[in-house]
Amino acid sequence: MTLLRVENLDCRYGLLQAVRGVSFEVGRGETVALIGANGAGKTTLLRAIVGAHKPYGGRVHFDDADVTSTRAHSRVSLGIALVPEGRRLFPSLTVEENLRVAATRQGRWNVQSVLEVFPLLQPRRHMPAANLSGGEQQAVAIGRALMSNPRLLLLDEVSLGLAPIVVDSVYRSLAGIISEGTTVLLVEQDLTRALKVAGRVICMLEGRIVLEGEAASLDRDRVVSAYFGLQRPA
Amino acid sequence: MRVQRWTRTSRVFTGATVAIAVLLATVPLVFESDVVQKLTNLLILVLLAAMWNALAGYGGLLSVGQQAFIGIGAYGTIFFAGLGVSPYPAMVLAMLVAGVISIPISFLALRLRAAQFAIGMWVIAEAISILVRLDQNLGAGTGISLIQLNQYAPNFRQAYTFWLALAFTVIFLAALFFLLRSPLGVSLQAIRDDEDAARSLGVRVAARKRLLFILAGFGCGAAGVLIGANTLFIEPGSIFSVQWSAYMIFMVLVGGLGTFEGPILGAILLFWIQTTFTQGGPWYLVGLGATAALFALALPRGIWGTIEERLGLRLLPVGYRVVAGKGEERTA
Amino acid sequence: MTIANAVVQGIFLGAFYAVLACGLSIMFGVMRIINLAHGDIAVLGAYVVFVIVQATGMSPFVAFIVALPVMIVLGYLLQLTILERSLKSGILTPLLATFGLSIVIQNLLLIKFSPDVRSLGGEAGAVTTSSWQVTSGLSVSALGIVILVVAVLVFGALQLFLSRTRAGWMMRATAEDADAAELVGIDSRGVYARATALAVAIAALGGLFLAIRSVFDPLSGPTQLIFAFEAVVIGGMGSLWGTLLGGLALGVAQTLGAQINPEYSALSGHLLFLAVLVVRYGGGRVSLRTAR
Repeated sequence: MTLLRVENLDCRYGLLQAVRGVSFEVGRGETVALIGANGAGKTTLLRAIVGAHKPYGGRVHFDDADVTSTRAHSRVSLGIALVPEGRRLFPSLTVEENLRVAATRQGRWNVQSVLEVFPLLQPRRHMPAANLSGGEQQAVAIGRALMSNPRLLLLDEVSLGLAPIVVDSVYRSLAGIISEGTTVLLVEQDLTRALKVAGRVICMLEGRIVLEGEAASLDRDRVVSAYFGLQRPA
Repeated sequence: MRVQRWTRTSRVFTGATVAIAVLLATVPLVFESDVVQKLTNLLILVLLAAMWNALAGYGGLLSVGQQAFIGIGAYGTIFFAGLGVSPYPAMVLAMLVAGVISIPISFLALRLRAAQFAIGMWVIAEAISILVRLDQNLGAGTGISLIQLNQYAPNFRQAYTFWLALAFTVIFLAALFFLLRSPLGVSLQAIRDDEDAARSLGVRVAARKRLLFILAGFGCGAAGVLIGANTLFIEPGSIFSVQWSAYMIFMVLVGGLGTFEGPILGAILLFWIQTTFTQGGPWYLVGLGATAALFALALPRGIWGTIEERLGLRLLPVGYRVVAGKGEERTA
Repeated sequence: MTIANAVVQGIFLGAFYAVLACGLSIMFGVMRIINLAHGDIAVLGAYVVFVIVQATGMSPFVAFIVALPVMIVLGYLLQLTILERSLKSGILTPLLATFGLSIVIQNLLLIKFSPDVRSLGGEAGAVTTSSWQVTSGLSVSALGIVILVVAVLVFGALQLFLSRTRAGWMMRATAEDADAAELVGIDSRGVYARATALAVAIAALGGLFLAIRSVFDPLSGPTQLIFAFEAVVIGGMGSLWGTLLGGLALGVAQTLGAQINPEYSALSGHLLFLAVLVVRYGGGRVSLRTAR
């Protein structure tokens, strides 16, 4: 069953077109990886799905409802949550306050359960977010998104700026979240990780989808050439 | 594809502007004294609008305290006339003093951003106003007259004041015009469009802003000189009043912030409003304030700015236009 | 008047300025807007209280309780109509729009109430006139104490609100990163509206104090704005307690200046303000901390 349907989405920044005519679907329980070089439009696409960017054209359907004109904070209460690129925690608020300030919905995620999944945060519960390390901030950012018990969790570059070992632990926690059935759409620069964690892969280039398919069945070389646009005519 | 400065329209219009200036010079010879006084007021408004636009439209500096220089200009005239300088030379001197004073002020004020700059300038104006108010020689709180002007018959006085106003307006508008056409001017427009981007390209933002600030200091000082000469009686409460800023904001916002022609249009509009609703009073000010706010929110480019945008029209050649060659896409 | 007395009176005056400045500081901290109509809103609050007192004869303090909901509604309206729109445009827009609003409020008040200077000191009763002679050179007024206590309570309550309540965290979160706040389900527009309503309510309180301790007329707004702004800047923009301290510093500067010459009162405040600017902003940018 389709949870998210994006239809002909067109997103612009002034005259610059970041997303051009993008259409795709994400089914319930799926894990989809969105890959592509910098500037391909992935972040803009995620932001448009969650409602932080108003599309120039096209529609976003969540659970069969058209949410294109719904504001971001309302989409959170519908069950879409984004872990933004760069974490974007509230620096003066403590870990707990960062979690508590987020809107909540019924479900298994609350401050306690989030801290259980990210035990490294327990001792830092009352520390201002600005004082946390990159990995800890990423954990809080994911936890903050989980507080709304999302049905669709969007993750934008969670590995960015983090040491590989830290990224490993982040993805381990993610695997747990995924195994509980949350639908996940994640943007990931690291191709290997993306192909490992995702069931399906969508590759973007200059605002368009250039490749889409099951992660298992995709040839790595094919992905790489789509990523860099190598198969386009000169 | 060519880069073009002068279009046919702008050629025609610049010629017309020069002709208008020459024509205006004959006004005192043709019209009655009270008409001349009114037109002097119009010129003062044009000058004020152009200067405020230079600050805000081209420099991004929103000042709610230009009345500081207006007051310095007016009281400077009184001061020099009191020292025995002939009135009209005293006026020129006072204008120069206002401009010179703006230099040290710039080193303080330009450290501030946006709102702090706006109100900071206002505080400076208030402080100067208080200092003037404390000076008995300058009439203290009750005000003073430029009695030295009485040596001229009213007709002559009005004419001389008008010509001085015309001279000041032409000089400052011309200065602004040539400034905008110069390489300096292009960098100014860049600053206005995106300050950080401009800075990253090596544009010396601070120096450019200072130049505009000082120009506006001279210009508003000139306006203050003329206001004093045109109204004969000045008192700190009104010459240093923030109401002058209100007028400037109205003229520039409604006329067109950041355009050359806009402030002139705004000044003509305000002049028309002032002469039509001569009672003035609170309702008229309510209208001004509400209009200014509405334009800020709904029509930020002002009347002229919107026209310019929609029609791609520019009467005076202060910008560049990219003219398409055959079969090429035209860029804005 | 001895120096000590001047300082004490300055503290009382400064507490009044701090209350005036509080709302300005909130709006700047949360929305990065300096509301140029802030002083006029305070004066409007004074007039609302005045009208209620005239109509019912109740004490201005009680009348304020009645006036408060009116001002809060006005605050919401202000946000939804003018400030909301100006937030989306450039940096200059809120300044220009609120400046226009300032002119409108002043002149509407002028039309409705005439330029006559008014005061509510008489109606406030004994508190305006009582004072205690602490020593031969030092007297402490009841009104001064009241305003000082209220100022500390208001700032304290605000501090608690921002640090202990979820609504307060939401406000701080929106102030620090409105975009990220939306992403976690915070309605930033609602937060802004609440901040404005709060700012307007406290401004009205400032107006009440203005009316009681002094006189007011339709054109008193700009003066209050300047003092409020000076207090905010002296204390450090973006710092809540700084605004309280800034207000006190401003008050003391003014009363000390008045010791030299009564005409130097406001001027001393201006000079302190300008001095702080030179010292603090000399040499490059200063990063703004958000309101806590």
